[in-house]
Amino acid sequence: MALSINDTQEELIEEFGLFDDWADKYEYLIDLGKKLPGLSDEFKTEENVIKGCQSRVWLHAFMQDGKLIFQADSEAVIVKGLISMLIRVLSGHSPADIMKADLYFIDRIGMSQHLAQTRSNGLLSMVKQMKNYALAYSSQA
Amino acid sequence: MASIEQIRKDFPVLDQQVNGSPLIYFDNAATTQKPKLVLDALNKYYSEDNANIHRGIHALAERATAAFELTRKKIQLFLHAASSDQIIFTSGTTASINLVAQTFGRANFEAGDKILVSNLEHHSNIVPWQMIALEKGAEVLVIPVLDSGVLDLDAYQKLLQENTVKLVAVNHVSNAIGTINPIQEMIALAHAHGAKILIDGAQSVAHMEMDVQRFDMDFFAFSAHKLFGPTGVGVLYGKRDLLESMPPYQGGGEMIKEVSFTGTTYNELPYKFEAGTPNIADVIAFSASFDYLNSLEKGWVEEQENALLSYATEQLSQIEGLKIIGTAPNKIAVISFLIEGTHPQDIGVLLDKFGIAIRTGHHCAQPLMQRFDIPGTCRASFSFYNTKEEIDRFVACLKRVVTMLL
Ligand SMILES: Cc1ncc(COP(=O)(O)O)c(C=O)c1O
Repeated sequence: MALSINDTQEELIEEFGLFDDWADKYEYLIDLGKKLPGLSDEFKTEENVIKGCQSRVWLHAFMQDGKLIFQADSEAVIVKGLISMLIRVLSGHSPADIMKADLYFIDRIGMSQHLAQTRSNGLLSMVKQMKNYALAYSSQA
Repeated sequence: MASIEQIRKDFPVLDQQVNGSPLIYFDNAATTQKPKLVLDALNKYYSEDNANIHRGIHALAERATAAFELTRKKIQLFLHAASSDQIIFTSGTTASINLVAQTFGRANFEAGDKILVSNLEHHSNIVPWQMIALEKGAEVLVIPVLDSGVLDLDAYQKLLQENTVKLVAVNHVSNAIGTINPIQEMIALAHAHGAKILIDGAQSVAHMEMDVQRFDMDFFAFSAHKLFGPTGVGVLYGKRDLLESMPPYQGGGEMIKEVSFTGTTYNELPYKFEAGTPNIADVIAFSASFDYLNSLEKGWVEEQENALLSYATEQLSQIEGLKIIGTAPNKIAVISFLIEGTHPQDIGVLLDKFGIAIRTGHHCAQPLMQRFDIPGTCRASFSFYNTKEEIDRFVACLKRVVTMLL
């Protein structure tokens, strides 16, 4: 049985609880970014670009056995790390669960600054876009 | 002459910790910090003199009006303009440029006319021209930039050759890469071919002496907030005959002589272009920017900033994989750079964690980024209150950031 959205959030909170300074946290995030498989060029299309980001970010979504799967990529590695966590939390769940997910882990691991509008790093737009996909696919599920 | 420690104390915002480290503010091209003199003036205005100007006959209105007009006078002196009624208050450089596009442009551009901008421009000196060009059937042409970040003057001359250019719009200094353009030469060339020229001075005013008459400028635009003043105040300088021949921009109070339903007549310069209640408080506080700058030793600002520029250039060049974008021989204290294998945004996010404020991205100059085929840059921009010690810490932190990222 796969972990629920909130189980994964708790897991991330626990992992980040191990770091006591920001540099360790960001090194971990960078590492997550580097490990995220990313997207092949065929999915790095204009349609998949998330608008409002300082670096280019692409999000690709599709349904598999009633679950919504996300794949994403970015030119900037910290953004990629943030995306990697979002994917770990949301990808593979039903559109209904994704739509109602409350992503409290972002604040709890001390990354809420990246949700601020001014950051224009796309985390906010990314979350919005993931939920939009969930909404769009919920009628098909 | 005050020591740099004393000068830094004049800027209260500089004395703070950001993310646990002392703030290093290297985003001066975006906006400069404000001396206490300006902050006090703002506070004093609202505490003691607040009134609407030009209309009231009571004591407060008279004090506020006098203070407001005093700023205009100081700007006239600062720009070496012939008269203070050629100084028009706007909300910023962007508004000043739009004013010229919508009045001078609307009255003068015709189908087939050419408007020249450079490849170095900020979006605010591109888009207003595209908008009016579209409306009038005019064409916006681009003065190319060489690999060094210097404008291609041969190409500029060729573009002017046919005498079909109505207006040239160029910045004095590039915000993205710091190039100082040879505006004296560019103005003379424009005039020789019958074109008018607008100089976007947003990035030059804080760094060098200005003389609109000696340079024979037709229009000059800048923002107070990049000259140690408040946000929300901009200036448009124009030659008298041009300003007088231009139709008004926005209609409303203040800009009229007489209003009736059979016909309305307009006020004279500069009020013709200042409809509505202006940004009184910030204009008045801006006056203190000039007092502050005049209290500094003449020539010191340029000397200090040039020293910072060469020191930072030398220190940054020692970082492996670092490439400076924009290597013009004449630059203000702005360094745009990229580091191989890293994205500017990652550098910016991590430097912020060290309390260091730089700018990353396209700097509102996407056509320039396209020209160099880059996604954006990291930009450190200095002001006279910055120090070599700050540059040392910046370089050390940058090295650390790069090792984190690679
Ligand atoms: C060269 C240049 N032109 C125009 C502007 C626009 O100034 P404002 O946003 O104050 O209107 C800027 C601001 O960054 C600039 O650097």
